[in-house]
Amino acid sequence: MPIAEGVSFDLTLAWAMLIALAVLIYVILDGFDLGLGMLFAVEKDRKNRDVMMNSVAPVWDGNETWLILGGGGLFAAFPLAYATILPATYIPVIIMLLALIFRGVAFEFRWRTERWKPVWDAAFIGGSTLAAFAQGMILGALLQGLDIDKATRSYVGGGWGWLTPFSLFVGLAVVFGYALLGATWLVMKTEGPLQERMRKRARLLSIITVIFIGLVSIWTPFLQDGYFSRWFSGFGIGLAVLVALVTLLMLALLQLTLRSGGEEVWPFIISLALFALCFVGMGVSMFPYIVPTEITIYEAAAPRASQLFMIVGASVLIPIILIYTGLAYWVFRGKVDPEKGYH
Amino acid sequence: MLGSFDAVLLARLQFAFTVSFHFLFPAFTIGLASYLAVLNGLWLYTKKQHYLDLFRYWIKIFALAFAMGVVSGIVMSYQFGTNWSVFADRAGPVIGAPMAYEVLSAFFLEAGFLGIMLFGRDRVGPTLHMVACLAVAFGTFFSAFWILSVNSWMQTPAGFSIDPDTNQFLPEDFWQIVFNPSFPYRLAHTVTAAYLTTAFIVGGVGAWHLLRYKRRGDQPSQATKTMFSMAMWMATIVAPVQIFLGDAHGLNTMEHQPQKVMAMEGHFESHPEGWAPLYLFGIPNEETQTLDYAVGIPGVSSLILGHSFDAPIMGLDSIPDDEQPPVAIVFWSFRIMVALGFAMLGVGMWSLLARYRKRLYEAPWLHRAAVLMTPSGLVAVLAGWVTTEVGRQPYTVYGLLRTSDSAAPLEAAAVGATLVAFIVIYTAVFGAGTYYILRLMGHPPHTSEARYKDVVDGPTRTAGITPVTEELMRRHTKEEE
Repeated sequence: MPIAEGVSFDLTLAWAMLIALAVLIYVILDGFDLGLGMLFAVEKDRKNRDVMMNSVAPVWDGNETWLILGGGGLFAAFPLAYATILPATYIPVIIMLLALIFRGVAFEFRWRTERWKPVWDAAFIGGSTLAAFAQGMILGALLQGLDIDKATRSYVGGGWGWLTPFSLFVGLAVVFGYALLGATWLVMKTEGPLQERMRKRARLLSIITVIFIGLVSIWTPFLQDGYFSRWFSGFGIGLAVLVALVTLLMLALLQLTLRSGGEEVWPFIISLALFALCFVGMGVSMFPYIVPTEITIYEAAAPRASQLFMIVGASVLIPIILIYTGLAYWVFRGKVDPEKGYH
Repeated sequence: MLGSFDAVLLARLQFAFTVSFHFLFPAFTIGLASYLAVLNGLWLYTKKQHYLDLFRYWIKIFALAFAMGVVSGIVMSYQFGTNWSVFADRAGPVIGAPMAYEVLSAFFLEAGFLGIMLFGRDRVGPTLHMVACLAVAFGTFFSAFWILSVNSWMQTPAGFSIDPDTNQFLPEDFWQIVFNPSFPYRLAHTVTAAYLTTAFIVGGVGAWHLLRYKRRGDQPSQATKTMFSMAMWMATIVAPVQIFLGDAHGLNTMEHQPQKVMAMEGHFESHPEGWAPLYLFGIPNEETQTLDYAVGIPGVSSLILGHSFDAPIMGLDSIPDDEQPPVAIVFWSFRIMVALGFAMLGVGMWSLLARYRKRLYEAPWLHRAAVLMTPSGLVAVLAGWVTTEVGRQPYTVYGLLRTSDSAAPLEAAAVGATLVAFIVIYTAVFGAGTYYILRLMGHPPHTSEARYKDVVDGPTRTAGITPVTEELMRRHTKEEE
């Protein structure tokens, strides 16, 4: 669409960026609260568990809404991608949805019963872990590419196409990555011995996460010719080396800031940056495909009228959403007080 | 083709199961969010303690119902893609946009302010807390607005063209898409139904406690009386409005989806001369295409649908067999909905009479009736939803895209396995949640701040919802009784 003489606006690209942004925000926000859910498993003390859960109770629902925007946005702006990716990853998607049910209700149910509290704690741990693992598997399946029949506009790879060593591996990577986000979040939100333990866990988790990032990064270019040429030719090599160096630098910074009695906020911010970096890297690998090497964003795009109708609302509403989401985080800023809490 | 048919049938069962489970929660929370905002406003305005007591009582129930609504709703937002991918690909360009608007204007608003509404009263001050309550209430309404727009478009599609290459529906006019012919009627009818649902749940709980106070020989607390009274006002005023709206919606359906009305009315045969009977009872027989054992009032169907005894009414015999919705399901679910609607009207009028005689809080038979009617809204909402959705069959997009052509290319085994998983998990998880809600409802609203604090200061529930553990609950109840 020419906005002015010589200037054009790529609406489809804008929507791709917007959905990528929604998914990134989702990964970061629900990432730390799912990670926190997994850390329940190694934090058995009931009081500590209460503190951990209360650090996200007022915001988890908002965090999860970005997942609906990711899915809803895909449906609206790229219906063909939505209609092929979801049947292709049917089982992990259903696993993720069911896991999120357990995780979500645990926030309310565990306060309503003494006898069944351990059950809802287990639902919180299991739901969080399984949701993270399923999200990683979906990502892995997408990265390795899906079998699409373009004539019928549908997925033809069968019910188990998503299940490969690579997708399982990415699943694990996401589990550890989210746990790192959760641990650094808790370093920020808690005090005393709980905070110290989270520092220790975050140090270990950051090493594991970076190892996984490295292995997935090395593995990915070999999945598709397109990825290989993008990362291992000319300019790409330089970029790949740079990304690797930045990742290692982040690891070093994490170790440094996570020292006993060290920084409280920076470890979380660096972890977020690490996730953002991986995300951008993935985007570089995939672009312009939305279903790698089968469907580009332009092929999957909804008609211009649909994208235009939505971009009007999105450009007004998303800034407002970011403002009141920020407000919610600001209202519940600071440490969670294990004694008094916030009434 | 038997295999693919099975997958479609299983996908339909899965969708029907997950959506009807999900629908119960918003049907309740749309009204409850408004009720909480009103209670909070009344408390701020009058500073009367019982309004705050009621707010704190219902917000615990709201938090549980809302959480269950959220998690079951996320399932819905992905199910178009997993189970109905052909439909998603073809209808996405048209209905994707209003669904995206639902997320942007409703879900975020609810989720963003829910935390402040639940946990933020003392953190943000009364004004922003009230804003949060209103934001959540408006969010639930916006959500209904957009999702009913989408649903109505599937019933009465408008404002689109069809791409000859991809078969996709293309938007031509979003005003017509959003405000399609059946949308205003469906929105009004459904939102009103949600308010009635909440009124009867709140009223039923109030009536239950009025009966319990009476059995113990105690005076009912002000909070209990207020909740019963407010709920009965709602029923008195809204039930007649709802019957009027339902009639208008029916006439709209008659105009745009005549075969749905034929199934609702049990009209297998046409009445070109008018005098079509209103069937009160009958057993639809789709084999013989007759309504067996029919009991009807002559002419009344013509009168209702055509506003004249002479109005000709066409029957299902006027359309091809493969265009017919499953008649029996539509016929019966419609009757359940209407019967409950009139029962609600009856309770509303009864309460008005009791109020006039100044015996609203000393009318045990009215209270028993109200307790019996507690789930009536939920049942009516489900019955109404079945009527309209099954009545749309055999289409997903009415007249244009058949259900059998809408499903994802999945194997029946996969859909069957996930259907079983949904049934097992929903029953367990939402069964537990319903039990917790019923247990909260089983205790009367706390009558004083001191006692409330006593319960609050139990285990750490820093996020602010009363940490009612079983042990504390027992202690508290013992004190009260």
